[in-house]
Amino acid sequence: MKTLNNILPDDDGGGRRIIGLSLGACAMFFLLLARLWYLQVISAEDLIDQSENNRLRFVPVAAPRGAILDRNGKVLVSNTPSFSVAVIPQDVKNKDQLIDNLAHYLNLDRKEIETKWNKGQGRAKYYPLVVASGITRDQMEFLEENRLALSGVNIEMKPIRAYANGSLASHLLGYLGEVSEDELNSERYRDYNAGDYIGKSGIERSWESYLHGTDGGRQIEVDARGRFLRTVAETGSSVGNTVMLTIDLEMQKAAEQALGDQAGAAVAMDVNTGEILAFVSSPDFDPALFTGRMPPDVWKKYLDDERHPLENKALKGMYPPGSTFKIVTAIAGLEEGLIDEHTTVQCSGSYKFGNSTFRCWEHKGHGTVDLKRSLRESCDVYYYKLAERLGVDRIAKYAKLLGLGAPLGIGLESEKAGVIPTQEWKLKRFGKKWYSGETLPVGIGQGYVLTTPVQLASMIATVANEGIIYRPHLVKRVVDADGKVLQDFAPQILSRPGLKPATYRLVKEGLLAVVNEPHGTGGSARLWEVKVAGKTGSSQVVKLRDSKGGVPYRFRDHALFVSFAPFEKPEIGVAVIVEHGEHGGSAAAPVAGKILRSYFEGKGVIKKPVPKAVPKEEEGGLGVAEPDDPGQATTKPAPAAGNAAGTDKRGRDVR
Amino acid sequence: MFDRRLFTNFDWTLLGVVLLITAFGVINIYSASSSYRDVGTPYYLKQLYWIVAGLGLCLTVCSLDYHMLEDFAYWLYGGVLVLLVLVLVAGKTSMGATRWINLGFFNMQPSEPMKIVIIMTFARFFSRYPVFKGLTLKELFQPLLLLGIPAVLIMKQPDLGTAILVSLIAGTMLLFVGVRWSALATIFAAAVPTVVIAWQFLLHDYQKKRIYNFLNPDLDPLGSGYHIIQSKIAVGSGATFGKGFMQGTQSQLRFLPEQHTDFAFSVFAEEWGFLGCLLMLTLYLFLILWGLGIAKRCNDRFGSLLAVGVTAMLFWHIAINMGMVIGLMPVVGVPLPFFSYGGTSMVTSMVGVGILLNISMRRFMF
Repeated sequence: MKTLNNILPDDDGGGRRIIGLSLGACAMFFLLLARLWYLQVISAEDLIDQSENNRLRFVPVAAPRGAILDRNGKVLVSNTPSFSVAVIPQDVKNKDQLIDNLAHYLNLDRKEIETKWNKGQGRAKYYPLVVASGITRDQMEFLEENRLALSGVNIEMKPIRAYANGSLASHLLGYLGEVSEDELNSERYRDYNAGDYIGKSGIERSWESYLHGTDGGRQIEVDARGRFLRTVAETGSSVGNTVMLTIDLEMQKAAEQALGDQAGAAVAMDVNTGEILAFVSSPDFDPALFTGRMPPDVWKKYLDDERHPLENKALKGMYPPGSTFKIVTAIAGLEEGLIDEHTTVQCSGSYKFGNSTFRCWEHKGHGTVDLKRSLRESCDVYYYKLAERLGVDRIAKYAKLLGLGAPLGIGLESEKAGVIPTQEWKLKRFGKKWYSGETLPVGIGQGYVLTTPVQLASMIATVANEGIIYRPHLVKRVVDADGKVLQDFAPQILSRPGLKPATYRLVKEGLLAVVNEPHGTGGSARLWEVKVAGKTGSSQVVKLRDSKGGVPYRFRDHALFVSFAPFEKPEIGVAVIVEHGEHGGSAAAPVAGKILRSYFEGKGVIKKPVPKAVPKEEEGGLGVAEPDDPGQATTKPAPAAGNAAGTDKRGRDVR
Repeated sequence: MFDRRLFTNFDWTLLGVVLLITAFGVINIYSASSSYRDVGTPYYLKQLYWIVAGLGLCLTVCSLDYHMLEDFAYWLYGGVLVLLVLVLVAGKTSMGATRWINLGFFNMQPSEPMKIVIIMTFARFFSRYPVFKGLTLKELFQPLLLLGIPAVLIMKQPDLGTAILVSLIAGTMLLFVGVRWSALATIFAAAVPTVVIAWQFLLHDYQKKRIYNFLNPDLDPLGSGYHIIQSKIAVGSGATFGKGFMQGTQSQLRFLPEQHTDFAFSVFAEEWGFLGCLLMLTLYLFLILWGLGIAKRCNDRFGSLLAVGVTAMLFWHIAINMGMVIGLMPVVGVPLPFFSYGGTSMVTSMVGVGILLNISMRRFMF
């Protein structure tokens, strides 16, 4: 290296260049100094003026969110102006008196205002501090009139969400809330600022980027005391896009009324497009409460309710499908050639396998049972024996072909996959090998099997249309403020199970018998004008042997019903789950029947009954529509909600 | 190894200037953060801790003979490059940019050490590379590749400020080595389409917006243009003598963004006026010229390349930060060395000073 140094010719060059670099540095510093001279000496007077007399402030203006409409353009969610009271602490002469006045005028607790005031202590001076939001128009006008007595108080207007139908479809639509610290740090909400409102659940959350719009702001000039002088510049906010759902408002209403007070979920779907027409999780909540000040007692009530009103059961609830799963087992048997329509099985009321006895729900036994009768009367023994011959992996193969065990991508976040067990799955999940005795309950939709209401609706739709899984979806199109269609969601085929036509025909005939023949378990879903087909199910929550009648609510079986109509040329599929409703036939089937009825009424196939002379009475009768459903006004605390993300409704001790 | 000559040759002037600047910095941070809510340790105290830590690192660096760096340079370069790739693959995102990686025991931002490492790499490269009458275009290819890979990786994070700084540091070293006029002319001719392409594909929208706003702050007085306007008002209203310590209205009323970090000088200018600024500029210019003097007096090529690089690093930080604060340059997040609050910047700058001290006190050993 040293030698290299010696032969290098630029020893002098190096020195010369150091001088060059030094001159460059001097020039840059001279430039900086000149600029400082310009600002601090030449323009000083002007800038001192700006700093002392006039001040520029930035006031963000939130964009109004886009509306959410139903499939016919009826408004589900829009905006309404909301007034809030803000205080600039530095402009307030007598803090205590002002707080007293505000508490008096606004009918608020003194402490609440004080807490908000103190929270804002660390903020910049002369920044408005919101002390009360969502005040009424009367209160606002009253404050305006008494402005002189309330120096330092500003009234701000901003648009908030208006829910045209109250708590209707609350889980689907979702609610808004202030963006949290964690969310602000994530890539997704990178362009948001503290205090912004965002969708926290449902469509509002998943379609946030379409609905939010572009926030604007105003640059205002205020005087030395922080009082508004004039608006210097303004960038307008632009309203968010309108999201049109596939939901039919009338059907949604009918479905919610049909479920009434019972906890559960219902999903109705167009079997030829995958469009979801009704999407219900019950009980519901009031989304408007989340935007303003949530009364603590309401919040506590929501959390303590053992029917979990805040949980979206249609999307995230995972339930054992019970006997509705027999459709899958039957399809597997037919496709694998293990059974045909003539195959019969003797049901004596139970089936002995190894050391254990598997019971049929009909303890007396069904006698000789063929495929149609096995579906119609929901014979368990038939499916125990079929499941035993199929093995768990072959059942799983057809369940997965029919779209179970994986999320379908309906356009809402946190969709659950459910569980379709296989030997490999159990080894991975529990590190234990599969016992053949565990296959039998799988055949009747118990054991490890878990499905979501959306999956069940999609499954019955695929059986109905004989071979196409359409992606179930909730959003029909997105339209911008000028009415231009930004995105149109056409039906999308996810897959085709590729089953034999005869398989569909035989299963569907069985499903028709369930609703329309004597001894069918689903008779209460029957409509006289349209042929309905379906399958009942009840899934055990806990194994209880000797309890008759006095089973506590949370230990009762779930009731399920999946159905489609019309039988000849299916248009609509419906899945209903009534939590702890006990029997699919008595609790879930009538709900499905009412949803189907509203669909055909909407189409004019069924005439609407003339409204009775006594209006507003219907609501009272809803909760007790079913004889099996005594008023569930129990106020026991709910069992600790262990898994908040998805809810596993599985019974732990199923045969 | 520790010679007595080292102590007698220790560059007290350099260390003194640096300590003087850090002292002004701490005083200024005290004022700039006085309007903040008290949460935990105050910023000026934390800055003192960082100064002590930085000095420790600085003395460690200058106690080891800098010629060792020549052997390590490429290894360090490779190591930091790997970290930069890791950041892109598995980095932690904060405020929209992925700059940090978790090394298990602590989080680090590998774009920062790249500033020092690129200096060592270039010094090592050119110390054994004979240059006659300046580099030709062909000879520039290798060094530009050495620079280009980390620069693009840093830009991808995205951290435009650091990417530009690394490029400017390397560019200054190239100028020191010597580049032929013909090569310079060709590069400028090629730069125009490159800038256009970078604008189209590499820059993020928010970065473009910042440049637009710099060119015309009134275009967006609500967004990032607001910062420039407020900073200019702060600096200008300081006038000749300033508003006095803790008396700056712009800063005390919180009109300035990030006023204890990137806009710290704005607070200083408001409170100490043109005379204060003149003093700071003089100190910084002295520091730069002193650094270049060390490069000139150094007898070996590696050492003088290293000194030029470190001085360039300090110089560009100063020029860009001050330029930003007084509205000569766009708002890029570059701190003022020894003055802005922040541990990362303090550590890098102190390591740089350590290298300068190291070269300075060993100049008679060859």
